[in-house]
Amino acid sequence: MIDLSMLPDGGMAWLEASGPGSHLVVSTRVRLARNLDRHRFITRTDPREREAILTEVEQAAASTTGLGRAVRFRVDQLDLLDRQLLHERHLVSRELAAPETGGRVRPGAGLLVQDRTSVMVNEEDHLRLQALRSGFALEATWGHVSTLDTELGQRLAFAFHPEFGYLTSCPTNVGTGLRASVLVHLPGLVLTKEINKILQGLTQVGLTFRGLYGEGSEVVGNLFQLSNQTTLGQTERELLDHLGKLVRQVMEYEERARQILVRDATAILEDKVWRAFGLLRYARTLSFEETMNLLSGVRLGVGLGLIPNVGMYTLNKLLVFTQPAHLAAAQGRVLADEEVPVRRATYVRRVLEAEVGRRGSSAESPPTQG
Amino acid sequence: MKCNACGEREGVVSLTQIVEGDVRTVSLCAKCAAEKGIETGIGLSETPLGGFLAALGESADPDAPLAAALEAGCPSCGATLRDFRETGRVGCAECYRAFDAPLRELLRRLHGSTHHTGMRYQGSEAAPAPAAQDRGTRELREQLRLAIEAEHFEEAAQLRDRLRERE
Repeated sequence: MIDLSMLPDGGMAWLEASGPGSHLVVSTRVRLARNLDRHRFITRTDPREREAILTEVEQAAASTTGLGRAVRFRVDQLDLLDRQLLHERHLVSRELAAPETGGRVRPGAGLLVQDRTSVMVNEEDHLRLQALRSGFALEATWGHVSTLDTELGQRLAFAFHPEFGYLTSCPTNVGTGLRASVLVHLPGLVLTKEINKILQGLTQVGLTFRGLYGEGSEVVGNLFQLSNQTTLGQTERELLDHLGKLVRQVMEYEERARQILVRDATAILEDKVWRAFGLLRYARTLSFEETMNLLSGVRLGVGLGLIPNVGMYTLNKLLVFTQPAHLAAAQGRVLADEEVPVRRATYVRRVLEAEVGRRGSSAESPPTQG
Repeated sequence: MKCNACGEREGVVSLTQIVEGDVRTVSLCAKCAAEKGIETGIGLSETPLGGFLAALGESADPDAPLAAALEAGCPSCGATLRDFRETGRVGCAECYRAFDAPLRELLRRLHGSTHHTGMRYQGSEAAPAPAAQDRGTRELREQLRLAIEAEHFEEAAQLRDRLRERE
């Protein structure tokens, strides 16, 4: 099993809930798709060419400040559990890690991680540069990935077309190759049934939404990943500003929905968040989906000041550590299917007990926010 | 109904065959159908590009056989438009030049634009960006497009020859 402690913060600084707006926004991610000019794109490559690509990228990365100290993973040589771990930590995509049973990893698939930046190699494009930060931090996240792009671009010949811009394997990414996404928690809009209207509105102004794990993943725990739909015809700055403006607007709507809930449905709301807390605190088996939904309730309670003494950081950590591969890694072995919900519930109970206990408070008489 | 070939997956396409006067209907899953060369259209419609890709080629010059347009390979990687239609993935950077017209149209539909206005690649130490040459080529290509649109075919032929010389 790989030792993820090699990574500073286990590659999870984005969980620390220190970023701006972190009561509503879990994390911000920006990625850039790049390809090497002298190599065929991924679907036309053979293992030998992908090996050459990986070597070129690793050599170029070695002299950059962004990835000079990077931890390197040969994703194609990792076993299933390790690939699932990396995927659950949002360090690799489903395409790169093939984290399902019997999933086939493309030979040559690699990953370099250093602090908040990483590069997936031989994914859908030769390089997928990405940066991930806690909270709503488009500017800072873009800064990381753009610096790395400049550094790597000086060392590698990228495929660039004078009119179309950066060329990518899938035409949906051509131009800037930029996809910025913000993971927002919108229980207020879901409870007030406003969410569909808002998501529909967003798709009409060039945004797209996905679940916790990006493309093709379902929305769980009221967590929505909002990102730009197009990549060509606007500058990086314009794309980021547009997304930022709309995310801020969604955050405002969410705040407003929460205020309405507090005003008009206080008892129901309090009951909902405390039930969620109670179940997480005492349940003996928990499915992943149930856990995500209950965590959403508790997160809402913490955000509204209804539930004291539970940190957003703890809730963020639970998002990651209650997933199957992390539960298995904690036991140091593969878990039987029926064992997983039991281990999950045990883990959640222990974390919440430590959290509430450590802070020396009971959850019996919460202060209500004015 | 389970697939009659593998017996594992759900059938998604029914196939009616007449064998020695008998009419038989078999059900096939997407995978087995693909192995038998039967198009289900399923893989295609799963991708956001599906609709466009399926239509790709249909609007091609009616005088040129569709198959020929789809089978012409990229001079650099050998990928064809058929490959692109099947995978939704472009073969290499050169494909964007080899299949300029259909890809340009696709980019326009996907992004509402074909002009990158973002950061320009400055070139690496190993390979400086061939900006100057490309600009000339780009202008020629634009002139060629306008000439074709205006049906000035003689001029278009000359421009095409000049472009070929450059490339």
